[in-house]
Amino acid sequence: MHDHPTRRSVVFGTLAACASVASAAADDDDPRKEKRPQKGDLLVFSEGEREGQTITPNDLKIGEPPIHAWPKDAANAIVRDGSRLNEVLVIRLDPRELDEDTLPRAADGIVAYSAICSHAGCPVTAWIKATEGNDDVFKCMCHNSEYDPRRGAQVVFGPAPRRLAALPLVIRDGALVIAAPFIGKVGGQQG
Amino acid sequence: MTITSTAVKTCAVKKWLLSSTVAFTCLTAPAAVAGPIENYSPVTPARLENPEPGNWMLYRRTYDGQGYSPLNQINTTNVKNMVPAWTFATGVIEGHEAPPLVNNGVMFITTPMGQVIALNAKTGDQYWRYKRELPEDLFQLHPTNRGVGLWQDKLYLATTDDHLVALDAKTGKVLWDKKVQDYKKGQYLTLMPLIVDGKVMVGGSGGEFGVRGYVVAYDAEDGKELWRTFTIPGEGEPGHDTWSGDDWKSGGGSAWMTGTYDKDTKTVYWGVGNAAPWPGGMHPGDNLYTSSVIALDPATGKIKTHFQYHQNDSWDWDEVDAPMLVDLQRDGRSFKSLIHPGRDAIFWVLERTPERINYVNGWNFVHTDVWKGIEPETGRPIVDPEHKPTLGKRVDFCPSLWGGKDWPSAAYSQNTRFVYVPANENFCGGFTGEKVPLVPGQLWLGTKPEDIGLTVRPGADHFGELQAWDPATGKKVWAHNFPKSQLFGSVTATAGDLVLVGGTNDRMLRAFHAKTGELLWEQKTNSGIMGMPVAYEVDGTQYIAVQSGWGVDAQRIQDALAKGNIGLEDNVPQGGVVWVFAVKK
Ligand code: FES
Repeated sequence: MHDHPTRRSVVFGTLAACASVASAAADDDDPRKEKRPQKGDLLVFSEGEREGQTITPNDLKIGEPPIHAWPKDAANAIVRDGSRLNEVLVIRLDPRELDEDTLPRAADGIVAYSAICSHAGCPVTAWIKATEGNDDVFKCMCHNSEYDPRRGAQVVFGPAPRRLAALPLVIRDGALVIAAPFIGKVGGQQG
Repeated sequence: MTITSTAVKTCAVKKWLLSSTVAFTCLTAPAAVAGPIENYSPVTPARLENPEPGNWMLYRRTYDGQGYSPLNQINTTNVKNMVPAWTFATGVIEGHEAPPLVNNGVMFITTPMGQVIALNAKTGDQYWRYKRELPEDLFQLHPTNRGVGLWQDKLYLATTDDHLVALDAKTGKVLWDKKVQDYKKGQYLTLMPLIVDGKVMVGGSGGEFGVRGYVVAYDAEDGKELWRTFTIPGEGEPGHDTWSGDDWKSGGGSAWMTGTYDKDTKTVYWGVGNAAPWPGGMHPGDNLYTSSVIALDPATGKIKTHFQYHQNDSWDWDEVDAPMLVDLQRDGRSFKSLIHPGRDAIFWVLERTPERINYVNGWNFVHTDVWKGIEPETGRPIVDPEHKPTLGKRVDFCPSLWGGKDWPSAAYSQNTRFVYVPANENFCGGFTGEKVPLVPGQLWLGTKPEDIGLTVRPGADHFGELQAWDPATGKKVWAHNFPKSQLFGSVTATAGDLVLVGGTNDRMLRAFHAKTGELLWEQKTNSGIMGMPVAYEVDGTQYIAVQSGWGVDAQRIQDALAKGNIGLEDNVPQGGVVWVFAVKK
């Protein structure tokens, strides 16, 4: 059993300045780990050598593949890795290529989307040339759905029924920060 | 999970919204009344061991896996007059791979997303529907299901979120629900359970997620786990030394299809899948019991013996389709055989004894460049290293990853004594092996997924090929070629000398003459057919039933072919429908 979330957040909120990351992150049952990304969350690497480290705008370069990330409640040092539905793809694109829906959600060309395919819920892992066209796109290798992050991650190939949920970003004090909760439904179709 | 009985629910809502008139109409409507099944016939051990000709209660109708119906009312003479008797839309998309099961006039179908629907097999009216509520974070590499197991007055459903659920056959009510493994780690279930002597057996999927495969048995009454046998031997077990280091812990060997059963020797034969990840260099050794058949004692789960079709699998060649049990006369002697047209392109004829499985003969039933031959004493295929995927080098091979025949079942006719194989010819594949770390819950193929190719051999004039083989002589008797489609559907044979199969991208169900291969009848359906046709009888009338609902691997091949721009249809509509046919009187 875990503490009541409200009480815990008050406690950690008070101690945030000196609380160790390890002590907060150690409680796997903390419901805040499962909570979808919130306004004000940071992003941290979800895999690789820098797993757990905060992602900054400088970590992202145009032309490079997306970084897989978890949102992080920075004030309480909680990485929201308690649900795979929280994993996001973060990528820097040329702002001139972004459509009118995508541009306002981007921070200096950096966009973020749910990493969970809207078809049958597999993780979207590839960044490769589209089946139709020359641009690189996100691709889910389970059944080949492709999403164009320049155009709100709309489906450009494969069986996926809808776009990936978008996660608006801003840059604040040099840090990449989540500006609003997911826009759109996260997860695969179930019926 | 929830149980819904659609018609009753609709009435209740309307009553609340409208008036008592509507409620009256609902209660008195003669057709499509949902509700409990009256006079349900319990599925006893004796009935499963010797099923009535008019019923289809096991995956392949009989424990021996032959896929043969003794019904002959619909036959080579009158099949031309076969027309739809009724249809039923499931309301579900993705691959509908389950046979419509029939027990004395009651039909049970399953759909992707864990639904079970009980229908009146004569009229198509629904009795009840069970819908599993799947977890919101579930991912499904294979969104499908291959049928419920029948035992006494219960049904058993294996789900993609890795549970085994027992239902009341009369009402669809959940009796118990057991977690088999953790779906979050890439474990899932798509098979129809095999039930022997009150033991419900299932095998796990997840070979592409670096699992360690297993077969597990539960008590049919209370769902208690009775035994669990890993398909990859652990430390101290025979066969463990065919692995190096810790490779065995994530070595694949998933067992995701229903086994067959020899009731005389009380032996279950279960097919085991590919080694993981794909390139053999990442798991040196023979890798028992991947790409093998294992003989299990259903009472204890003990592995009695095995035969490995090919060693150090590097091609994703699952050999999960369990071998058929056939009494065979060959080379002047009679013996009890196991027959398995393999994904590895070899048509395997083996001899089964209570103690051993012996190699008898094997030959290529489609083109392959991987094998240079088979060692006659051991049945060990001799590999051409040029066509064996390895680390750091692009390697091409034939047939493709989907093999000469994938999981769709072949059939054996007791009339003609031929084996009918849904083969794929002229496909090749290739990839570059790459050391990739295992991330639980993510695809772990040992190559960049985008690197995986499906190619067509130069000069290919067809892809799908329905083949008839005489296993006694090793001769191909006839073949029907499909110039513009793969063949990805199970085959059924009947005593009316019909061979029934869907599996093509033109959405057809077809009936062939079992002796000559002549195409006798075809019907375009709503979607593509991947599941197996069945034959059954109610009140003296014979029917043929099949689910049409394209998806999963048939769709993946389709995408790859369409991408290759070789003029194939790339748009096969989805959506499941049960089709039932009868001869027009
Ligand atoms: S789950 Fe992504 S394409 Fe099917």
